[in-house]
Order: sequence, then structure tokens, then C-alpha cells
Amino acid sequence: MATTIIERREVEIKSPTRQRVMGVLFLLLGASIWLFFGRGIEAGVETTFKLVPGGFESSLADWTLPALATLNILAFASAFLGGVQLVRGFGKRTNMILGIVASFFIFGFLVWAAAGKSMNLAGLLNTTLSKAVPLTLGALSGVLCERAGVVNIAIEGMMLAAAMVGALVGSVSGSLWVGLLAAVLVGTLLGLVHAVLSIKYKTDQIISGTVINIFAVGITSFLSAKFMQPNQALNDPGVFRPIVIPLLSKIPILGPILFNNNMFVYSMFFFLILIHVGLFYTRWGLRLRSVGEHPKAADTLGINVFNTRYMAVLLGGAMAGFAGGYFTLGSVGRFDEIMTAGRGFIALAAMIFGNWTPFGSFGAGLLFGFADSLAGKLAILGVQIPSEFLLMAPYVATMIVLAGVVGRGQMPAADGQPYEKE
Amino acid sequence: MSEKENNEKQDAGKVFLDELTAEPSGETFWARAWHSISIPLLAIISGLVLGGFLIAVTSDAVWAAWAQSPWEAVKTAVVEVRIAYTALFSGSLGSPSAIVSALRGGDALEIRRAFNPILESLTASTPFIFASLAVALGFRSGLFNIGAEGQIFVGAIFSVFVGYSLTGLPAIIHIPLALLAGALGGAIWGFIPGWLKAKTGGHEVINTIMMNYIAFRLSDWLLNGPMQRPDSFNPVSPTIMDSAKLPKLFGPPIRFHIGFFIALGVAWLVWWLLFRTRWGFDLRSVGSNPHAARYAGMSIVGTTVAAMSLSGALAGLAGANEVLGLNHFLAMAFSSGYGFDSIALALLGKSHPVGVVLASLLFGTLRTGALRMQVVAQIPIDIITVIQAFILVFIAAPAIIRTIFRIRGAAGPEEAITIRGWGGG
Repeated sequence: MATTIIERREVEIKSPTRQRVMGVLFLLLGASIWLFFGRGIEAGVETTFKLVPGGFESSLADWTLPALATLNILAFASAFLGGVQLVRGFGKRTNMILGIVASFFIFGFLVWAAAGKSMNLAGLLNTTLSKAVPLTLGALSGVLCERAGVVNIAIEGMMLAAAMVGALVGSVSGSLWVGLLAAVLVGTLLGLVHAVLSIKYKTDQIISGTVINIFAVGITSFLSAKFMQPNQALNDPGVFRPIVIPLLSKIPILGPILFNNNMFVYSMFFFLILIHVGLFYTRWGLRLRSVGEHPKAADTLGINVFNTRYMAVLLGGAMAGFAGGYFTLGSVGRFDEIMTAGRGFIALAAMIFGNWTPFGSFGAGLLFGFADSLAGKLAILGVQIPSEFLLMAPYVATMIVLAGVVGRGQMPAADGQPYEKE
Repeated sequence: MSEKENNEKQDAGKVFLDELTAEPSGETFWARAWHSISIPLLAIISGLVLGGFLIAVTSDAVWAAWAQSPWEAVKTAVVEVRIAYTALFSGSLGSPSAIVSALRGGDALEIRRAFNPILESLTASTPFIFASLAVALGFRSGLFNIGAEGQIFVGAIFSVFVGYSLTGLPAIIHIPLALLAGALGGAIWGFIPGWLKAKTGGHEVINTIMMNYIAFRLSDWLLNGPMQRPDSFNPVSPTIMDSAKLPKLFGPPIRFHIGFFIALGVAWLVWWLLFRTRWGFDLRSVGSNPHAARYAGMSIVGTTVAAMSLSGALAGLAGANEVLGLNHFLAMAFSSGYGFDSIALALLGKSHPVGVVLASLLFGTLRTGALRMQVVAQIPIDIITVIQAFILVFIAAPAIIRTIFRIRGAAGPEEAITIRGWGGG
């Protein structure tokens, strides 16, 4: 099975249809930059981007661009890349070029939206990063589970339950770290439930995940209404404060965005690298992935499929618990009913969008986080596009990826299939 | 049962069918009936027991009694749980003594008040019936429609639009038109993931989840923009015309409307479609064994698309029912998760229309009673969601119930519910 996957991938990237589809797509994006953004702008209008996040002192000057000229260049560059793709094709580099054209389009959008005005680009990126944290961590939970062959649509429920318990325990104990530990434990516990139901009892994994989601909504709303709303002292854990990293935070532009965050952001990068290396460069990761790709073969080679899956789902649960802790301990500082508001499902989407890889998930998390934070800015800039459409973008994008329009994702071959030992 | 040999994957409904049609193996009718309802029944009982346990351990009175002696605590717990569940059932079914005294008194308003709880339970069950029929139809065809919630929203949007924008129609035309619009909206929202599944293999679970959130954002936008009530700052749609409102059958305070009977009619229609038509046979065959169905010349693509569209239409009717029968306008969070609850109900009802209607009646009753329980015993209504999750666990993993109650395993294949693989195979 493993060989067929690799073959399919080669074919899909290099196929002539895909080459043409991509070329047309690049051309269309270039045309839309020119048509939708460029045409409405008069010559001489300037776009100003602030490069320092609010509340941060720096002598860095604003970045001022002539809007029309910038848009024309972006449009031309996209169209040119589209032309090259149609005629010659970028082969293996197509996905990279797609990323470049997409970022041209997004940048063009920003230039257009802020034309004649000033937009805090650094602030936007900073919000993007923090919005990407729960999505990326949640997606990492999905990566761990699904690489071992267990579908986890319960990320939402695990995060929600962990968010509540984190707030509750954090308030009672007076320690953020104890609260976080409790959040991780709750995530692990729900992971155990998911593992027992789907591995031991061979319940359909989607139903098992649905059970956890329903349970989490019910129990958190119940306990919150019963205890935390009448007694606010139980719902006041505080938040992890930003830690400014010396020297690194002095790097122009990137420094204040990356190195002035709370522990969750740094942990996200840590887990990202840890899981990436663990999955792809260690024996542990090879075993975990083999169980997700071809459990029977793995079993033949002496790998304990059940134990490996249990471990993966427990770790995935712990990761989702950590992600849940972010909502109460890393961001808001209190628990509100159903506060995850579907972010677990966006995390699932980010995992799919990121092709079941840690860094892919992070990229998707950033993209979705960007759409989210930009949606909040549109009204301020007075842009006539309803922010709801931007908020829809992650879901639509995921469906497009899933449909294989821009190349099909490589899901683990045995994802979602219970293993039956013979 | 010629298809039986080819059964690799069993779905709940298939097992139910097999049990109904199985050759009498020396068992009486009652023994077989017990076989098919024992697991749901024991799951419900276990769920209520665990719910009672949760009520007890979160009760202040029980902990106060615990300080005296454990025995006191147990006694207090029993009292607390009894108060709660009494409120639950009197709030949903009405109290017999009140009904008797109201009938003796003969005052029309008093009689209506006495019968209100039970009629309110039926009213609350109605959207559950539609939505869980939608999910059940999906299960029958091997599809997991987790997107009923979004389809409910789109159905409600369509039907409320027809409800307020068309004027001067007689009710006999306006009501069916608004209902059909709701079904159409839901059908579109089901068609898209169905088509994607059939044509590209994109898994319907992910796609329907995505479609849910697209629907939420869409309704956010519509209610803050094009469909916002002109004289209002709140995100609500205009009120529908009187001619589009589903008629209420009794005077106030009873909200019971004809939607309940429409739901029963639709349930019958779904049963007839599934079990009495060629199309229903195709659908079930594709659901229980797509490979065999393909060899038999059935169109997997056509069936998948049709099943998802029809499933969406049923969920859309749930949305239409709510806006045409109760609220009469569309507000942002009008559906309190009917779509997600309906997954549990479809499984509880073993994806059979009769089972689904019974499961929906149960949950409509629990939800209605929970409102009273919240007032009388200060127990948040969300306890019902927890109980529902417990019930769902036991339904989904019948082995747990068997272990607890020491029932012997059903003859033949395990009753686990399986749907086609994540990858769309």
C-alpha cells in the first residue's frame, strides 16, 4: 500500500491536467488582483503599513507603498507565473509557486483594503500567530491520532473540556501551571475514552468522537452553570503573561511578533519541532506511522498495534488538552460556555489542509488564523466585504483541498479502520 | 436475504432488519422483540442512572449530609435525584392529579394548562424527528451526515424567506411552499457533500462539518445584512406572514402545531421509501455493501447523491418546522444543536423510522421536562446533553451494556455500527 501512495503523489503533481488547472488558477488570481483590487484605486493613493505591534516601542518607520503600482506588479507577476506554468510547468515546485501566488493575492488584498489608510501589519500578524496557536496545537493532536490510524473528530470536545477544567482548577489552586496540568490530564482522559471505545470496543471512530463532543458540551455547560457562574471566584484563573525574550525580540519586524508572546506560542513551536522530528526521524515515529498505514504489516513485524494506537491517542488527547488550556489560561482568563466555538473543527480542517503533517498543519493554522484576524479588521478599515465570508474561507478551502482540485492529500492509508487481530 | 452472504460491514439498521426477518430459531416473538430493544432500553436506563449520579455528586445538600455520615449522604442523594426526576417527568408529561382536577373543574384554560406539558413535549420532539430521520437515512445508505445542523439552518433560511417575502397567498398554498423551500435549502446543503463524495471521494464527514460552519456564517451574514428586519438592530429576520404559519391546534398557552403530524407523515414516507420501493432497496444495498451493489448494477454515484440530498431535505424540514411553527422568524442561534442530538437519536432508534420517532419522542420529553427540572431543582438543563452522551456510548459500544447487564451476545455478527472508511472507499 505504501508504494502505491508514493506513486499516486508523483502522478498527481506532474499530471498535465493539474499543470493546466494550476496555470489557469494563477492567471485568474492575477486577473482578480488587477480587476477587483487595482481598478478601483486612483493613481497616487498610498497604503501605509505599520510594522510595529501596538504597545511596543520602536523607531522603525512605517512602510508606505504606492497602492496602484504595487497591485499592478503583483497582478503581472501572478499572471507571468501562470503563463510559465501553462507553457512549461513548474513540475515539483508547483505547490511552492501556488503558495507564492496565493500570498501575492493576499498581500494585494491588504494593499487594496488599506489604500489611502494605514494598517498595522505587525499587529495583524501578531493576532494571526496567537489565533493559530489553538488551531495548530489541535491539529497536532489530530496528526498524532490519525497518523496511527485513529480518526479524531473529538478535538473540539477535548479542547472544550480541558478549557473548563483548566479554568476551574487554575482558580481553585491559584496556580496557572496546576490548571494547565489539569487541562492536559482531562484531554488525556478523554483521549483514553476515545481509545477504549474505538480500539477496544471497535466503535466507529466518528461516533466515538461525536460522543465525546456531545459529552463535553453537556458536562462543561452543566458544571459551568452549576458552579462557575454563581461563584465567579471559581472562574478567575488569570492568564499566562507574555515573556519577552531578550535580544531576539529586538530583531526588527519579526522580533516583536515572534518573541513577545506567552508560553503557549513558544510551546507550540517546541511541540511542532518535537512531533515533526519524532514522527519522521525516529523509530518511535516510524512505528506509529506504520500502524496507521498498514497495521497488519506492522503487526507481522512485531509492533504491538493496539498499544501503539493507545499511546498515540492518549498523546493526542494530551495535546488537545494543552490546546484547550490556551482558551482559558492563555487567552481569555475565564471559561464561557461553548467557548471553543468550533475551533476544534477548524483544527481538524487545518490538519487535513496541512496534509497530516505538523508543519503543514502549522501553515494551515496560520492561514486560517490570518483569515480570522483579518475578518476582525475589515470593519475597522471600512471594507465593504462582509467579514463572514472571510470566516467561511477556511471551510471552503478545506473542501476544495479534500475534493482534490489542488492535489489530493495523503491521508494515512488505514485511518479510521479498527484493527482486528487475526 | 440473498444479500446476506455479501455482508462485510453491518450497519445498525441492517442488523435490525435481519433481526426482524430472521428465521424463527426456536425463539418466541417476544424473545426476538426483546433482542432488538434490549440494548436501547438498557442504554436509556443506564444513562438516566448515570445522570442521577451526576445530579447527586454535584448537589450541595448531598455534600452537607456527607459531613454527618455517608449513610445520610446516600439518603439525601436519593431524595435529591427523586425530586429532580419527578420534576423532569411532571414537567414533560404533566401531573395526573392536575389533569383530573382540571377535567373535573371544566375550565377550558385550566384543562389546556394541564395538558400543556405533554403537548409541549410533542412539539419539542418534532424537530428531532425530522433531523434524526435525516441522519438515519444517511446511515442506511452508508453515509454519516454529521451536517444536519447546517442543513437545518439553511432550511430555516429558505423557508423563512418564502414565509415573509411572499404576500397575499392563501395558507393552503403558502405553507406547503414554505415547507418545500425549507426542504430544498437543506437538500442543496446535503447535495454538495453528497456530490463531492460521489465524484471526488472527499469524505462526507469532513465536508458536512465544513458545510455546517459555512451555513452558520451564511446565516450570520444574512441576519446582519440582506435578511435583517428593517426596523431592528438585532440580527433577526422579519416575521413571516400569517398565511405561512403552521396552524396551532389549541388555544394558548399550548404551542402544539400541525408540524408534529407532518413529521409523523414524513417518517411514514421515509419508511415506505426505504422498505417498499426499489430505490430504497438500492440505497440500503449501497449502504450495507457498496461492492456487491456495484456488481448488481446499482449506481453508487446516483444513490449517494440522492441519499445525501434527501437526508439534507429532511433536516431542512426540521429548520422549516421551527421557524414556521414556533418562532415565526429566524434568529442567530435558533437551533440548539438538533443536528448533533439527532446523531444520537438515529443510533438509538437503530436507523429505523419507527425507532427514530420513539427516540425523538423520548428526547423531546426529556428536554421539555429538563426546563421544569431547572426551575424546581436548580439543575442546569445541560444535564440532558450529558445523559444523551452516556446513552450514546452504550448504544455505540453494546459490548459495555452486555458486560454490565450480563446479556449474552446476539447471534451472528456484532451489532457495531460501521460506516464506510474515512478515505471514501
